[in-house]
Amino acid sequence: MSELTLKANIDRPDDFYADLLAAHEGLPKAQSDALNARLILVLANQVGDREVLKDALAAAKQAMHRDPARS
Amino acid sequence: MTKIFETPLYPYERSADQDAAEPVRHPVVVIGAGPIGLAAAIDLARHDVPVVILDENDKVSWGSRAICFAKRPLEILDRLGCGQEMVDKGVQWNLGKVFFGDRKVYDFNLLPEEGHHRPAFINLQQYYFEEYLVNRARALEAEGKPIDLRGGSKVTAVEAKDDGVLLTVETPDGPYRIAADWVIACDGAGSPVRSMMGLDFVGRVFEDNFLIADVVMEAGFPTERWFWFDPPFNKGQSALLHKQPDNVWRIDLQLGWDIDKEKEKKPENVIPRLKAMLGEDAKFELEWVSIYTFQCRRMEKFRHGRVIFAGDAAHQVSPFGARGANSGLQDTDNLIWKLKLVMEGKAPETLLDSYDAERVHAADENILNSSRSTDFITPKSDQSRIFRDAVLDLAEHFEFARPIVNSGRLSVPATYDGSPLNGPDVAGMPDRTRPGAPAVDAPIGNGWLLSRLGDRFQLMTIDADAPDRIDVEGIEVERLELSTNDDPSGALAERYLGDAQAGIYLMRPDQHVAARWTKFNEAELRSAVNTATGALSNRVETPD
Repeated sequence: MSELTLKANIDRPDDFYADLLAAHEGLPKAQSDALNARLILVLANQVGDREVLKDALAAAKQAMHRDPARS
Repeated sequence: MTKIFETPLYPYERSADQDAAEPVRHPVVVIGAGPIGLAAAIDLARHDVPVVILDENDKVSWGSRAICFAKRPLEILDRLGCGQEMVDKGVQWNLGKVFFGDRKVYDFNLLPEEGHHRPAFINLQQYYFEEYLVNRARALEAEGKPIDLRGGSKVTAVEAKDDGVLLTVETPDGPYRIAADWVIACDGAGSPVRSMMGLDFVGRVFEDNFLIADVVMEAGFPTERWFWFDPPFNKGQSALLHKQPDNVWRIDLQLGWDIDKEKEKKPENVIPRLKAMLGEDAKFELEWVSIYTFQCRRMEKFRHGRVIFAGDAAHQVSPFGARGANSGLQDTDNLIWKLKLVMEGKAPETLLDSYDAERVHAADENILNSSRSTDFITPKSDQSRIFRDAVLDLAEHFEFARPIVNSGRLSVPATYDGSPLNGPDVAGMPDRTRPGAPAVDAPIGNGWLLSRLGDRFQLMTIDADAPDRIDVEGIEVERLELSTNDDPSGALAERYLGDAQAGIYLMRPDQHVAARWTKFNEAELRSAVNTATGALSNRVETPD
């Protein structure tokens, strides 16, 4: 593990996206938020590498939409 | 029954200093007879440095307060001559359980590493800890060592000068003044000395209250540390149960910020909370109840000329991780040998600035760790609570999340990486005994390595030759000759040699590693001793 991949890397992205939505299907917001938090931690453990995790946090922050109407 | 913390142990007695025409001058005055002040004074007296301790009180601390003492401070107490009493009386524990809501999410075993004299932790009420230190001070006094513990003596004014300090001391017989070459202020988090000198103490306030109750009960709970996040008996908050000697149990209950402290402390409010936790039928007696809030902060500098701050007076942390008293003892361990060398003229006064550098580094490490524990235990935002709960939920099912659970990262000693006192290191030797690290214990023959180290500079040789004694400009370095054969368990070789066949360690009087080599070289040793004592570089001899 060395660098964060920001190129397309997910096998069959439409299927993954559908799985993600299905996992949240019917959950109240609090449980959805909790599920997301657990998912982040599980994935972070899979990555393991602290540098890659830092880069991932930075990439996620960089893509934050600045439109005040959405904040 | 009169409890130890209700008994005056060092009642006020009139001192001859009160009848002197001019303020009597003392080499060192320690202000505060808590754990840190007593340890400082004992260390000085053992080295025949005359010391006066001033304390406004005459008793040990009220209530259990600090209860968790870690291995390194126990090793320091061994050097001071009172570690065994603490360990004999203390409760040893290795097992911890973590609960979330009404479920146990996991348990852990500290699994102490083999080959150490002292356990990872003991639980012991601070009043016993102080009592044993007072006993040690009294024993030294009986041996003729120059230690003078003055109770009922409150310092009300501090006049710091370039070459000493003038103190005004209030007593039941009225005030008097004494002078000191050096003052060590160990007068606690609220340090009046710090305030009188107008010094800063900045940091982060945590808006939370914790109820501590010491409960005497014959309970079936095992000797374990139990920590609850969001338990049914204290919804949305945390709780801790920990055993102390004499069937005293320490219970911490988080209460939140907007509470009426006086009301919450009343037994009629405390007892229902405890029954909710321990069960309606639990039979117990309340020994002590207190409510605390805490801050994480430190002074910018611990040394202010001739006044040196140690313990909570210099730095304050949250209680999670037992980093208060434990780090204070490491402060004086670091300070006293330096002060003694400076007082004897064997080291420049600037050596004391390394106390600042090394112990500020340690304080920052403790503040960082205890702040992080606090942020986990008491989440400050919705999102941090979501992540905290996610970690706990995962920890119940998956091993990977357990190291993220933070109910206090228990005190470990600081390694003084980057200290100006550190000398050469050797690649391939073990990381844990690098320059700046505290010596790691190991079995040697029928005893222990640490009992043979400390109080002077030593050259520890493992399967290596070196002279028995070397004088480096008045600083005597004594050889401690060891062989890997002294320890059939292999711990000595594993902890001190690593890939090397032989090792030469320069050890400081506080049992920290100053420098290490694989073979003896006199010029390098002299240079390292000079570095470790803050001597000017022009005093370093060049190799011939």
